[in-house]
Amino acid sequence: MKLNKWISQNTFHHGQFWDLRQLVEEKEKQGLTISLCLPTLNEAKTIGKEIILFKSELMDRYPLIDEIAVIDSGSIDDTREIAAAFGADVYLSADILPQYGEKKGKGENLWKAVYQLKGDIICYVDADIANIHPRFAYGLIAPLLYHPEMKYIKAFYDRPLAFSQGVRPSGGGRVTEILVRPLFSLFYPELTGLIQPLSGEYAVRREVLEEIPFPIGYGVETSHILDVYRKWGMGAFGQTDLDQRVHRNQATLSLGKMAFGILRTFLARSQAKGMTIDMEQVSSIMRQFQAHNDKYEQIEFEIVEEERPPMITIPEYREKFGR
Amino acid sequence: MKNNYHNVEEIVADLPAIREACVSLSETLLANLVMLGEIPAPTFGEEARINFLLQRFSECGLTNTSSDECGNGFGIIPGKNRDRNILLLAHADTVFSERRDHTVSVHANHIHGPGIADNSLGLAVLATLPTLLDKLGFELDAGLILMGAARSLGRGDLEGTRFFLDNNKAPITAGICVEGVQLGRLSYASAGMLRGEVTCRVPEEYDWIRRGTTGAILVVNEVINRILGIPLPRRPQTSIVLGSIEAGTGFNIIPTEAVLRFEVRSESAEIVRQIASDLDDIMEDVTSQTGAEVTLDVIARREPAGLAIGHPLVKQAREIMSALDLRPHITPSISELSTMIVHGVPAITLGITDGERLHEQRETVLLEPMFTGLTQLVAVLLAIDGGFCDETE
Repeated sequence: MKLNKWISQNTFHHGQFWDLRQLVEEKEKQGLTISLCLPTLNEAKTIGKEIILFKSELMDRYPLIDEIAVIDSGSIDDTREIAAAFGADVYLSADILPQYGEKKGKGENLWKAVYQLKGDIICYVDADIANIHPRFAYGLIAPLLYHPEMKYIKAFYDRPLAFSQGVRPSGGGRVTEILVRPLFSLFYPELTGLIQPLSGEYAVRREVLEEIPFPIGYGVETSHILDVYRKWGMGAFGQTDLDQRVHRNQATLSLGKMAFGILRTFLARSQAKGMTIDMEQVSSIMRQFQAHNDKYEQIEFEIVEEERPPMITIPEYREKFGR
Repeated sequence: MKNNYHNVEEIVADLPAIREACVSLSETLLANLVMLGEIPAPTFGEEARINFLLQRFSECGLTNTSSDECGNGFGIIPGKNRDRNILLLAHADTVFSERRDHTVSVHANHIHGPGIADNSLGLAVLATLPTLLDKLGFELDAGLILMGAARSLGRGDLEGTRFFLDNNKAPITAGICVEGVQLGRLSYASAGMLRGEVTCRVPEEYDWIRRGTTGAILVVNEVINRILGIPLPRRPQTSIVLGSIEAGTGFNIIPTEAVLRFEVRSESAEIVRQIASDLDDIMEDVTSQTGAEVTLDVIARREPAGLAIGHPLVKQAREIMSALDLRPHITPSISELSTMIVHGVPAITLGITDGERLHEQRETVLLEPMFTGLTQLVAVLLAIDGGFCDETE
């Protein structure tokens, strides 16, 4: 598929899907169930608002979503209590498939959601969005309902920095523009059609989620894109402009660690593709500087991108979903 | 639950069931509050918020929704009796500018955000009411006019409400102004009010040696001293609120302009008029003494008016509040209530919940009391609808 054609056919704006009644009719016609997953770690400040809006608008008013689940990594604030009080199903990640151990990372929560949640479509939305709105879910779910050939819909934000106060104007997409887009341009030019490949909001068909592995850390979005692309091609992707997203801003050093994790995931996938990279020889230590008065010292972070296997390989999953 | 009540006691008996229905719609109310609260609506800039309100009314199945040339938004639930209509009104504007971060935060027992109490919550209640009445299965005898009022605050001077009442053709039996806070508020009378802005300008060629070096600030200070010297009676209750002052740009730049905003409130129209006359004298006096240009711009006036404490609407509202363990705080109002009363519409103002930090960035409302406030509102509405608040000849 030509990239320009893909961009024009597979890129949407949430405003195209304002008619929620029609969307619900389409969902019911297809007999699909839809789950909303909010992965959390200490999100007490924002989780209540997300649940209220999604539940009121997309469950009570327009029954588009069948369940709202919070998968929590062990918050030490009131995230789980608040989420439960406002009516979400709340799960501690460690309690799901406990026989497979507990790993720390957002990818772990996303993977366990595939087992725990019942929907034919799972929509993942980060829990730290200050300007949350129902469009963050229906804007991603709608293309899957109207386009059966699409399997994986990513969010992008055309005006992420348009907020006038309280957000630094360096807020969005630095890792994408400095690392991921150059890598995609070099090795997977078609994937540069994805405007924000690292966005944390996406809706995906179960048949795809159960077939792909989940790195538990920073690399989960990158690996998903590479794996879905390899298995189903560019036609499986869609992307929706959700206008504006206001969230916590990350420090450059944190983004450095994120970039390191993504790069390791990318290299591992490239090796699988046949490129000669010996991952055994690639360091898992990320080094950054800090200064004590006039002395500089290096701090080392070990960033190992552990992976969960495709859910379909887990016997308990096959039994639960009759696969 | 009954559809037709014979007296207020029967409504009071149903209060627990009404409250239960209110609680069951908590997500709808809170979602409306969050979404309305995040739409900026400075006075004269309420359009987006009113449009959202109208969209909510349409989604609730109201077929009669509209906005008027003054920017007010309406949703009408028709009643069986065309000669009776109840006006439920909440002002849509807030004191916050469009550029302010309007993000709303939801916590376990409270919500905060700019304008959330005054008056996003009042508007959210209006947006939720059609669904609530539907859930309760009430079909009202009177028509219900739900109005999001534009241009209320400050320089808006209740323009939206005045426009509607000046041009409305439908007979209005009674009105309720819905304010976000405070729960227990019961206003049935409006105070006399004069709201004004004093501007002090000193000429560029001002004689700094002779007049002192603080320029317009010194002049406005003199105005303030003179205002504080106006004798105020304890009865009828009278007060002068010095609300805001603006002057100057830095440490060493002599300001050439200063603005003082104030409000005079009194239970007596005569005293308001007397103070207005005193203010005119002060302006002239300070002008002649300082050589500065001192002008008074009167932005709004209200005549005191109100219902008697024994009016059936007030009496029934007190009875319902008492049944809900609410102690009525009787406060005179200077807002939409006064316009309704001046237009001959018996009206009261009710608050929905407890709140704090009014007009600050973290303006806060408590969640739990909201359902009592909403129950109170529905019960008073039913009492009006049943004719139990009508004045007997």
